[in-house]
Amino acid sequence: MSSTKGSSLWQSEKEIDFTSQTAEEELKYILATDVGSTTTKARLFHKTEDGEWRFLVAGESPTTVETPYENVCMGVRNAVREIEELTGLRILSEQGTVKRPHEDGYGVDFYCTTSSAGGGLQMMVAGVISNLTAESANRAALGAGSIVMDIMAVDDERPDYEKIRRIRNLRPDMILLGGGTDGGTTTLVMQIAELIAAARPRPRLGASYDLPLIYAGNKLLHKQIETLLNDKFAVSIVENLRPVLEEENTEPARRAIHELFMEHVMSHAPGYTELMGWTDLDIMPTPAGEGMGMQLIARIENSNVLRVGLGGATTNVYSIFDGRFVRSVSANLGMSYSVSNVLKESGIENIIRWIPFDLDEDTLENLLKNKMIRPTTIPQTLKMLLVEHSVAREALRLGMEHHKTIAVRLKGVRKAQRMIGEMMEYTLQESYIDMMKIDVIAGTGGLLSHAPKRIQSLLILTDAWQPEGVTRFYQDSVFMMPHLGVLSTAYPDIAWNVFDKDCLVRIGSVIAPRGTAKLGEKVFHIQMKMPDNSVVEKDMVYGDIVKIPLGEGLKAEAVLTPARHFDIGAGEGKVLETTVEGGIEGVVVDTRGRPLVIPEDPAERKSTLLK
Amino acid sequence: MRMRKEESVDQTAEEAHAYTPGLKVKRRIIVEKTRRLPIEGEVLIEKGAKVDFETIVAKTEIPGDPLIIRADELLGLPTRDVPTFLIKKIGDDVEEGEVIALYSAFFGLVKKELKAPVKGTIESYSDVTGQMIFRSAPIPVVVNAYIQGQIAEIIPREGVVIKTEAAYLQGIFGIGGERHGILHMVAESPDETLTEDKITPEHKGMILVGGNLATYGALIKAIEYGVKGIIVGGIRGRDISKLLGFEIGVAITGEEDIDLSLIVTEGFGEMEMSHRTFNLLKDFDGKQAAINGTTQIRAGVLRPEVIIPYDQQESGSFADEPELSGGMKPGTPVRIIADPYFGKIGTVSNLPVQLHVVETGSKVRVVDVQLDGGEEVTVPRANVEIIEE
Repeated sequence: MSSTKGSSLWQSEKEIDFTSQTAEEELKYILATDVGSTTTKARLFHKTEDGEWRFLVAGESPTTVETPYENVCMGVRNAVREIEELTGLRILSEQGTVKRPHEDGYGVDFYCTTSSAGGGLQMMVAGVISNLTAESANRAALGAGSIVMDIMAVDDERPDYEKIRRIRNLRPDMILLGGGTDGGTTTLVMQIAELIAAARPRPRLGASYDLPLIYAGNKLLHKQIETLLNDKFAVSIVENLRPVLEEENTEPARRAIHELFMEHVMSHAPGYTELMGWTDLDIMPTPAGEGMGMQLIARIENSNVLRVGLGGATTNVYSIFDGRFVRSVSANLGMSYSVSNVLKESGIENIIRWIPFDLDEDTLENLLKNKMIRPTTIPQTLKMLLVEHSVAREALRLGMEHHKTIAVRLKGVRKAQRMIGEMMEYTLQESYIDMMKIDVIAGTGGLLSHAPKRIQSLLILTDAWQPEGVTRFYQDSVFMMPHLGVLSTAYPDIAWNVFDKDCLVRIGSVIAPRGTAKLGEKVFHIQMKMPDNSVVEKDMVYGDIVKIPLGEGLKAEAVLTPARHFDIGAGEGKVLETTVEGGIEGVVVDTRGRPLVIPEDPAERKSTLLK
Repeated sequence: MRMRKEESVDQTAEEAHAYTPGLKVKRRIIVEKTRRLPIEGEVLIEKGAKVDFETIVAKTEIPGDPLIIRADELLGLPTRDVPTFLIKKIGDDVEEGEVIALYSAFFGLVKKELKAPVKGTIESYSDVTGQMIFRSAPIPVVVNAYIQGQIAEIIPREGVVIKTEAAYLQGIFGIGGERHGILHMVAESPDETLTEDKITPEHKGMILVGGNLATYGALIKAIEYGVKGIIVGGIRGRDISKLLGFEIGVAITGEEDIDLSLIVTEGFGEMEMSHRTFNLLKDFDGKQAAINGTTQIRAGVLRPEVIIPYDQQESGSFADEPELSGGMKPGTPVRIIADPYFGKIGTVSNLPVQLHVVETGSKVRVVDVQLDGGEEVTVPRANVEIIEE
């Protein structure tokens, strides 16, 4: 039986010291910021007279990490000033710092921030075997909120000189080196360590300090690793990521990443030393904050959750499945800067299949490349909007495919005693993510948040990820997940309250049986007892998709009866009685089949897409 | 295609920011180029010196690539025994093929040699892995001036700043690195397509200016005849992929292994070159120009560029063009950069404060633009760029 540690919340020195923390009941105002790569976003939360914590107002300003400013604090001040103007609450002290605590109508009681300025935390990870220790190192780094620039392993088929050139060119912020179980291989671990030593990569932010390297491999090698790497890197040694093949232990590596991120990387970024002095919690990488925000949903609702941040340059997918938290970053799948890369990765025919009108391949390619070179433009025509929504479906599909390669059971377990070569047979392990068991799908990012109608973002996510059974759909109202994530490390109840009331928009539920049939064949019957005691009944045929109104906060008792070869969650042909939650778009019943098949005939395809 | 106004009362702003910065098209400005080594080295030139495109201004050496061999396996020895048989020490310089370890047994019947795989230094040997690392000879790196001009500043051990008076224009997208050559107008008008039959052997070493499109055939013919660069309004996405042998996913270019630099001024597809750009280039027909197709569209954006330095005798008296304030107000010339008016040029007539509902159903901030043809259109502010005059 595989086991995983390390799905717990991110913690740090400042967070652990709860004794010095202000008691929740004494707080009135909380300020949280996210210093993004282009925009610094400030959010102010306050306790209402009823004692309830709510989001009050947002302030935004360009991030000031690059020349001529080179001090992130300026952007933070500007964003906070916007909040001051909007609320009339004075927050900044005369020295320009965040005044704490709130006294005489001045200041806030608590301040925390996340950051991805300057490209976030960029890491390179290495291990001995690609799908064992290197994969565990990758999961640890991703879980810590970093962008993984490359994964190196002894068996990754690149010649040594190519790996060395790659390490030298990458200039990562940090390296995580795993490899070997405790008491296992030493030679192969040292081989990859020597390769890194020979490459001598220099840090990205200033060349005046040693690059941080975390060793989380075979414990027998602690001394040799220190001897080999100490004069070239700032070496930290933590517990093994894979002490035995059956166990993955990512938490010590993740903590070390966070500490080193603060100590070595952030402290060399312009203005961060000053900003660190303002905050009540350590600065956290934005994706780590977002991941923690997501854990709020899973913990409180005790659900399996999928979440996506579909951005302009990247697609971040987070999953919490049976308590296990995994994050993936598809670095070049996005809707503006990387839109052309979605075309490249998916193939033009896969994008065209979602477009409900005639468009030749050359025109489509030119349209997307023009978006790539002018990424801030927005669709003005309905046709361009539909093109972008089609690309979004493919970006999400590919992002999920990538996520599933990371969200897998530990490999190499059953053949633990055998040769390494044989373990590599495990490359095609299936992901444990089962769409039938996903309870919640949540989306954020420009395209999904700015879709003119919420139903559009629901359909984009449904087409791309093909949820099965009964799935609830959420979306962010205002971008504040990283803010609430970092806040939750100190005040989880406050964070959840704001999250529940002000962050999440409940779009509705999708009911979709698994199975395929012939178009027009009767495959599903739904009966819903509505809150007003009326009963809605529908016979659904294969290829149909319909919407049943059921407002936000309302629930209906449903009896779902699939046809013989269809499954709605209780087994093929078996009836499921369940409670279905509504939302602003109600309940969507989708009997277009799972897997979803888009007809190849152009006329039939268009008619299916326009339903 | 007009949009429905969300509110009946119109309010207008006096000034607003364009979300997309405009491309520079400057007839005469001071261009400063910093030419820097990747790591510290030696600056070869003095402040005030005149430089040409190819003048080397700084040089350095970067450490050679490491090369790893399995010394234990090659000698057939246990890992720990290898040092005993080394005849060269760690840190020694070696020639390629030089014997560095010798093992003989059974009175010389078994004899094995270990030879240096490269000229360089023996950097280390690991008695854990049996790996021996060689560092090959340092690699020389030089930086040239790239443009004609004068050294305005020396950056000690790093490089120089070169200053020149020049016509300067930016493209929207490019491929290929730095090159220079004689600027030559092939297209007679900005809407003329550059086809392969218009490229001749006489164009060798030149930078050619086309109109609305360069065809794939023209690109191939240009490479065949040794053309240094092409400046053109539009290019088909497919043709770029065919030319490079791979598809560009993100707009980060400049390192392509290709004997031609391409500067696209408007975008992908058939796109008439802006008249202003075309006329400026026409005025410099026959002059030497430096071009660089390097493009990076992300935070810290880099656009491809064309620099046409003024002849030394022409310089001296000109008024520096004022920098644009960055604001967009009624009368500001703009170019629309998204459908349905892609490429159209006009002036800002109005900056409504209220959000407008566009055809997609989205509520967005908009700008009213009086097109050159007289028609007035309303477009999202995100879909215009200011033309810098």
